[in-house]
Amino acid sequence: MTGLSFDTAVIGAGVMGASTALHLARAGMRTVIIDRGAICREASGVNAGTLTLHMTRAALIPYAMAGRQRWIDAPIWLGADVGGRAVEGMSVAFTPAEAEMVEQRAKSRREQGAPIEVISPARARAVEPGLNERVILAAYSEIDGYASAYLTGRAYRAALVAAGAEIREATAVVGVDRAAIDRTGGGFTIRTATGEVIRARRLVLAGGVWLEQMLGWIDVTIPVKCLINQLIVTERVRPVMRTVLGVASGLLSLKQFENGTVLIGGGWQGIGDTVRGGVEAIPDNLMGNMRLARYTIPALAQARIARIWLGLESETSDALPMIGAVPGVPDAYVIGCVHSGYTSGPYMGELLAELILGKATSMPLFDPARLVTGGAPVRSGSVA
Amino acid sequence: MTDAALMTNAADLLVIGAGPAGVGAATMAAEHGLDVVLIDENYAAGGQVYRPMPPGFARRGSPGPDAAIGDAQRELLARSPVRTAFGKLVWSVSQTFRVDAVGEDGPTHWTAPALIAATGATERVIPFPGWTEPGVIGLAAATALLKSQQMLPGRTTLVAGCGPLLLAVAAGILKAGGRVAAVVDLASPVDWMSTLPALASRPDLLARGVGWVTLLKRRGVPVLFRHAIIGVRRSAGGLAATIGPVDAARRPISGVLERELSIDCVAVGHGLVPGTEISRIFRARHRFEHSLGGWIAERDRTGRTSVGGLYVAGDSGGILGAAAAFQQGRMTGLAAARDRGRIDPATFDRLVTPIERSRARNERFGRAMSGLMAAHLGQAAAIAPETIICRCEDVTRAELDAAIDEGAATVDQLKAWTRCGMGPCQGRMCGDTAGALMALRVGDRESAGQFTGRPPLRPIPIDLLTGTYDYADIPIPGPAPL
Repeated sequence: MTGLSFDTAVIGAGVMGASTALHLARAGMRTVIIDRGAICREASGVNAGTLTLHMTRAALIPYAMAGRQRWIDAPIWLGADVGGRAVEGMSVAFTPAEAEMVEQRAKSRREQGAPIEVISPARARAVEPGLNERVILAAYSEIDGYASAYLTGRAYRAALVAAGAEIREATAVVGVDRAAIDRTGGGFTIRTATGEVIRARRLVLAGGVWLEQMLGWIDVTIPVKCLINQLIVTERVRPVMRTVLGVASGLLSLKQFENGTVLIGGGWQGIGDTVRGGVEAIPDNLMGNMRLARYTIPALAQARIARIWLGLESETSDALPMIGAVPGVPDAYVIGCVHSGYTSGPYMGELLAELILGKATSMPLFDPARLVTGGAPVRSGSVA
Repeated sequence: MTDAALMTNAADLLVIGAGPAGVGAATMAAEHGLDVVLIDENYAAGGQVYRPMPPGFARRGSPGPDAAIGDAQRELLARSPVRTAFGKLVWSVSQTFRVDAVGEDGPTHWTAPALIAATGATERVIPFPGWTEPGVIGLAAATALLKSQQMLPGRTTLVAGCGPLLLAVAAGILKAGGRVAAVVDLASPVDWMSTLPALASRPDLLARGVGWVTLLKRRGVPVLFRHAIIGVRRSAGGLAATIGPVDAARRPISGVLERELSIDCVAVGHGLVPGTEISRIFRARHRFEHSLGGWIAERDRTGRTSVGGLYVAGDSGGILGAAAAFQQGRMTGLAAARDRGRIDPATFDRLVTPIERSRARNERFGRAMSGLMAAHLGQAAAIAPETIICRCEDVTRAELDAAIDEGAATVDQLKAWTRCGMGPCQGRMCGDTAGALMALRVGDRESAGQFTGRPPLRPIPIDLLTGTYDYADIPIPGPAPL
């Protein structure tokens, strides 16, 4: 069998895989990144681009803060502006139950290092003059922001090319064999639908919601849940808000980009699965999300909806990430299932690259071993 | 039709678009026992070609042939049991055939086991410098002004592009008392002559065309074949258009015999692109069919697509013209009745044969006209780098080319990298040109792909969609994990 040989093959070119590959390539490893589609065209290219701490799981706050800074500094380290902007952010409450949630959640996140304080309605309206006057309490953070997710692929692609990484887009992986690629007996042989066979000493699986199937290639079973998040964007409108906003429950994320478009997200669910991808939005759920957005920023009433789409989000059984060595399979690594994963993604990839390069990681990883179940691995066709 | 009937939002068949295809489909299906709801954003049936007069407008003089056909189709619809929903903007269609729309009275929806998309076409304008200037409008827009509101598009109009609309618009302007500076036609007289055998299948329409040509000749309007607009700029008197000859690939022969015309309006169109928004949202199988206007849903002769229960009727499935669209709509309506078990296969065959014969005759005519309107790659190739392609987001050809150079390999990727197609027109104006530009680099239109279909089908104001509500009315799901 012939085929190109690499130090590391990364399967899945979202922000997790692309960041990992970028740092490995920059460190001098011969790196290939493989995706059945294009770089950052799934969740990493279609998410809401929220760089907030108000929606981040408390345990991930330090990672999110590091990742957010990387998005804002992207022109410096990545080589392109992905629209990362630092603005203030709030999580607001309109009911007593939400006010209680604001207090609790602000406290938990503050304990993890997020500079979040609870502020009065008057102050909240001073920070965000567009906010509905019926707000009763708000959590405020000076550290917040947004990026334009759709620009992610272009930026990462250029950076990967510049770093000398090999890119295989539109290349579906059909299987991975643990095969002796050299005298040491280790390594992986990756079979693709294009017929190309790629060999690598190390393997990184970075397939988001498709990680369960990918891990099946190397006989490891870790269940991965797939969320189908709906996203809504308006056409360009006059300035109606200046902050990143959410509601206490986390069911709204709202921001206006520099170009005037307003993005409405919050994880309202649509229809889809890992086989069909995002199939379609549910009109009643769109309505709920839009009502929440318009209630929060009343001036949105006049804005027209230009586009609605879906993004797939992955989640493990304990809703915490899996980032680290795959148990029982030497030289195989996995990265994914990170809540607010877009925010922390550039940093998470950096951390895994540190591990692969044999360095001490600057923050702890998330051992996948805790998630392995006894069930038979999912065996299915091409997913990468 | 009663109010009570209108309030039931379950039906046997939903038809979106009340042009000739939609009216043909809806009336035929209803005639054979289906409970049909016909939905359109306009205030009456007719679509673009058989356009109705707006409420409060009265027709001057006797109705032209299109108006007469439109009146007949509206009459046919009024006599049928079809439930009509006019003034409703459809914004969502789902795999379960739920159709959501908004009107002045707020949101509404219908459900049915089958859906016919009869959404017509969008005019193609291949960009040139100045095409975004005020006063430069589409041939179809000029037709709409002339037909429905009896308005002249300008005092002195340059009519340019290709296809039969050139003559229709120029003659319409003259009849309405306006001036036509010139007709600038991409096609050659030979191209027109080659359509004659097919035109003979509709002698009435051929005679109409001859009438238009005669009128232009009598008024001394210059008709410049194998010519195109090189550019338009604002001038003291309004607009100045530079025109010049093109080669067989429709590429301007640079610097040769160019001349400038002083006008205040340019009506320009380069054919029609099928409106595939609905079939794309359903992810029906599509193919690129150059001679039929571009990307179309694969369908059988009655309009059945690769998605069970979804049909496409009329020009949204390939540009064949209004007359063929009506007949094809009737066949599709019949197929829907058959597929729902309202008529047996033998009855279907007996009924469909004469309609098909009539459609075939009209289709021959439509194909000839569609051929004249088909885009040539030379047109896209000749677009200057600084020309705006996506007019919503001001994306130039140079910016698109740069993204392609950097590795964008499909139009969806091009959209993400440049915002081409992300504006309020939702890619209707730029999608075809973006695909053509990418095809120049990746080899063919199939490889370049088409923009993924996304709701809403039209930009919808949030207040119309969300209506009046209290915070407690919002069904907020359980909180996200902390």
